[in-house]
Amino acid sequence: MLSAPLVIFTAFAYLVLLFAIAWYADQRAAAGRSIIASPWVYALSIAVYATAWTYFGSVGRAAVDGIWFLPIYLGPTLAMILGWVVVRKMIRIARTYRITSVADFIASRYGKSPLIAGLVTLITVVGIVPYIALQLKAISSGYAIMTTSPGESSLVEVSWWQDSTLYLALALAGFIMLFGTRHLDMTERHEGMVAAIAFESLIKLVAFLAVGLFVVYGLFNGIGDVYAQAMADAELAKLLRFDTGGHADYIFSQWFALILLAMLAFLFLPRQFQIMVVENVDERHLKRAVWVFPVYLLLINLFVLPIALAGLLFFGDNGANPDLFVLSLPLVTGQEALALFVFIGGLSAATGMVIVEAIAVSTMVCNDLVMPLLLRTRRFRGRQGGDLTRLLLMIRRLAIVILLLLGYLYFYLAGEAYALVSIGLISFAAVAQFAPAALGGMYWKGGTRAGVLAGLCAGFAFWIYTLMLPSIAKSGWMSTDFVDLGPFGLAWLKPEQFLGLSGLDNLTHSLFWSLFANIGAFVGVSLWTRPAAREASQALLFVDVYNRSHDHQPVFWQGRARIEDLKLLATRFLGPKRAEQLFEARPGPPGQGARPDRGYADARLVQRVETQLAGAIGSASARVMVASAVEEEDLGLEDVMRILDEASQLRVHSRALEDKSRSLEQATRELRAANEELKSLDRLKDDFMSSVTHELRTPLTSIRALTEMMLDDEDMPNEQRQEFLAIIVTETERLSRLVGQVLDMARIEAGHADWHSTELDLTEVVGQAVNSIRGRFEEKNARLEVHTERPSLPILADRDRLVQVMLNLLSNALKFIPEDGGRVDVQMTDSERGITVTVADNGPGIAPEEQPRIFEKFHQLDEGRQRGSGLGLPISRQIVEHFGGRMWVESTPGEGARFSFFLPRTSGASAPEPPSGRPARERNEHHG
Amino acid sequence: MGSKILIADDEPNIVISLEYLMRREGYEVEVARDGDEALSMIQRDRPDLVLLDAMMPGKSGFEVCQAVRDDDRLAGTQILMLTAKGRETDVAKGKALGADAYIIKPFSTRELAEKVRSMLGNEP
Repeated sequence: MLSAPLVIFTAFAYLVLLFAIAWYADQRAAAGRSIIASPWVYALSIAVYATAWTYFGSVGRAAVDGIWFLPIYLGPTLAMILGWVVVRKMIRIARTYRITSVADFIASRYGKSPLIAGLVTLITVVGIVPYIALQLKAISSGYAIMTTSPGESSLVEVSWWQDSTLYLALALAGFIMLFGTRHLDMTERHEGMVAAIAFESLIKLVAFLAVGLFVVYGLFNGIGDVYAQAMADAELAKLLRFDTGGHADYIFSQWFALILLAMLAFLFLPRQFQIMVVENVDERHLKRAVWVFPVYLLLINLFVLPIALAGLLFFGDNGANPDLFVLSLPLVTGQEALALFVFIGGLSAATGMVIVEAIAVSTMVCNDLVMPLLLRTRRFRGRQGGDLTRLLLMIRRLAIVILLLLGYLYFYLAGEAYALVSIGLISFAAVAQFAPAALGGMYWKGGTRAGVLAGLCAGFAFWIYTLMLPSIAKSGWMSTDFVDLGPFGLAWLKPEQFLGLSGLDNLTHSLFWSLFANIGAFVGVSLWTRPAAREASQALLFVDVYNRSHDHQPVFWQGRARIEDLKLLATRFLGPKRAEQLFEARPGPPGQGARPDRGYADARLVQRVETQLAGAIGSASARVMVASAVEEEDLGLEDVMRILDEASQLRVHSRALEDKSRSLEQATRELRAANEELKSLDRLKDDFMSSVTHELRTPLTSIRALTEMMLDDEDMPNEQRQEFLAIIVTETERLSRLVGQVLDMARIEAGHADWHSTELDLTEVVGQAVNSIRGRFEEKNARLEVHTERPSLPILADRDRLVQVMLNLLSNALKFIPEDGGRVDVQMTDSERGITVTVADNGPGIAPEEQPRIFEKFHQLDEGRQRGSGLGLPISRQIVEHFGGRMWVESTPGEGARFSFFLPRTSGASAPEPPSGRPARERNEHHG
Repeated sequence: MGSKILIADDEPNIVISLEYLMRREGYEVEVARDGDEALSMIQRDRPDLVLLDAMMPGKSGFEVCQAVRDDDRLAGTQILMLTAKGRETDVAKGKALGADAYIIKPFSTRELAEKVRSMLGNEP
């Protein structure tokens, strides 16, 4: 055993840590850097589903019933995996209409009915109290076993004021008030709470896995050992079978009932709704939760059965409470530190549930029970009256305290009679009553307020009669006669065999009757009654929530509202700051019902105020408050239809407008692009002209200067004169070659060039070019070699053009090879698709950044002393491309350059021009 | 002592004609084939006037001009830019960079000789 102060101190330290985490998360949220905006945090916080019930109760149930603890976890797993679209729709609806609780959700759908909101809240409170009692019971019995020595009995009778559980309940209430109701600003999310809950989920998982590993591997030799020993014992072996615990008769119906129950509870328990829907930061986080949450449930259930079996094997029949095996096993074996950690894990499971549940329920109680009553009094209904936010906060705090005290009361009165799991299931069955109204409301427009009231009342009545009353009776507070014999001795009214329905366990029986009555009444009455206008409009807004973007939501309101009145109203419930913001951000597109008069709000603004108020006081109360502050005209069903029609027309118009503006933008973009292209073409033309000018003027400069000097200087020696004349001739040749090339280029580019394609042999063409230039290579003492795999390479092309290409490449190579030991190799390779010719030199090579540019017109390499026109390579490339081939260069600076071109076999096809005479032109580039 | 002129151009035939022309005018002539060579020769030999082609491999004429003007020790060096491009922007660029005069190719030998004479103060 551990000393009481140590356990209490550790527990308090843990709560302080939780509070620190929450505080830190709130700070971060205020700074705009939320730590809960993560799908992992979201998924972990959903694991608030696993409470003390899971932590302690599952083992207890497994110890009695074997694998019957499982359906409670299979239900949520299925709900998450199969039903995530439902959750997503709930999130979207709650986000759009600022819904803050499950009561608000249902009430808002059915015409913002205060009656429904109140009823749902009432059912919740009654149904949830046992569940909170369960958590108190778990912590208090956990604490008892931690602090009493094994022999000593912990069941010393004490009066209520000496009962530590009472103080536990009060301490928790204080803690929750700090947690959830610190801010005056109540509509915002509880970021700190979510962070703390996610942290608690981690702690309880780690603690449970730790004790599982300890029991299985520390006390036994692994899982196999536990099962082997259990199988050896006839009593325990039964636990491992499916049909255990006397359920054999109605095994399938009970599995089905439990799974369904857990599914519905998972969706509509106030704390699950709070965490999954209200606190959701981003719809997309749901995708991660869909698999993380089931994995979490799997992990936390992994060791349940082994621990249960181990506990039974270990303690035998000496009456240890199976609910507390996770604590008693480490305690008895002296692992006190582990036991303390496990206790903290259990504490985190219980506090997590109580915190979220109490915050959610207190919001519901405040908004849906207390507010409507307050609004009946003159003081609150009136248009005067100060800021009410502080009052709202007080109501919520009070609700938290009362809820926990009720939990304690239940624990005090009935707690000892039931195992943890049975208490929890009673709560589950109560919450399941919300399913027909909520699910029906999301997917069926036909449900009406009257139908929901009938359904809820019928379902709740059956729940009380068939489940709650018998449980109280069995606790000894009432005579069990009416359970055993039926009220007034009428056997057919027996609460656990209603109308003689037997063969079901009491839970399945109750679930069957309550849901049967609930759904029957809901559907029957809905079909029979006609929805009021507001119900019809809310039905449209809920069921079709995905169909409309926010701006095109129809506004179902007509009347006359002074902006001043609305402002006053908002200030009272939201505080001056938020109210100011609300009216500053004025609406976007003009909605229907806009009023031109100054000082009057249009329908959209009224609706915005109402939505914001709904976030603070619930949609039903918000409706009442807005209605009291403005002059409204009654909305008929016809009005709803008309507004809907207008809204959809508005949507059509605005969509058409959007389309038009998109296509205009598109046209503008295209025009701009075309303009850019023209501009860049213009620049290209400019550059081209400038380059041509340069290339023409350079030879002209020499020619003019030399001739002028010869003209001026009659006494010039003859040799000098001869030398100058030779230069003039060379420069003239260069000029005419340039003119020829420019024209050639222009013709090729314009597609007016003449092509004479014939069947020819490429080796012969290369040979011709090589022979005509070989002399110049010899002058420079350079080697020129031709390598070919085959003696003949037939191809369809224009002979003169290919000679021109080869001469260009060869004379370029000649220009760049070194004075000494220059070397050029021509290589021809044949392949299936065509022929590749490569001209490789051992010159200085070309830098990588220059390589793509050398095929541009008039681009010349800086290193070149001897210059060409700058058109040789572009023309060559054009020619090769004309025959469907391509030309490229590879080079490593310092190791020479390799110019290659590839000609496909089918090249002739692209040269269809008829043969015709063409002007003679210079085709090679002998001179630099 | 005659003035010293540096001819900086990468076109061999233009160099031949300029060299002949300037020698005939009685100047001492040196030749540079690209921008880098021209700049190092200006720094080393301190010519009185540079006939500087705008488009040369290595440093362009513009860059050489700018480098000379940035160097206070070379303040006495006059620069006559020659260009075959002749777009107004090129002329403006040369002037802005501190060239003393600008002549467009092809030029009249008489005009060029006249200009060089006037820049060097009528004194060959």
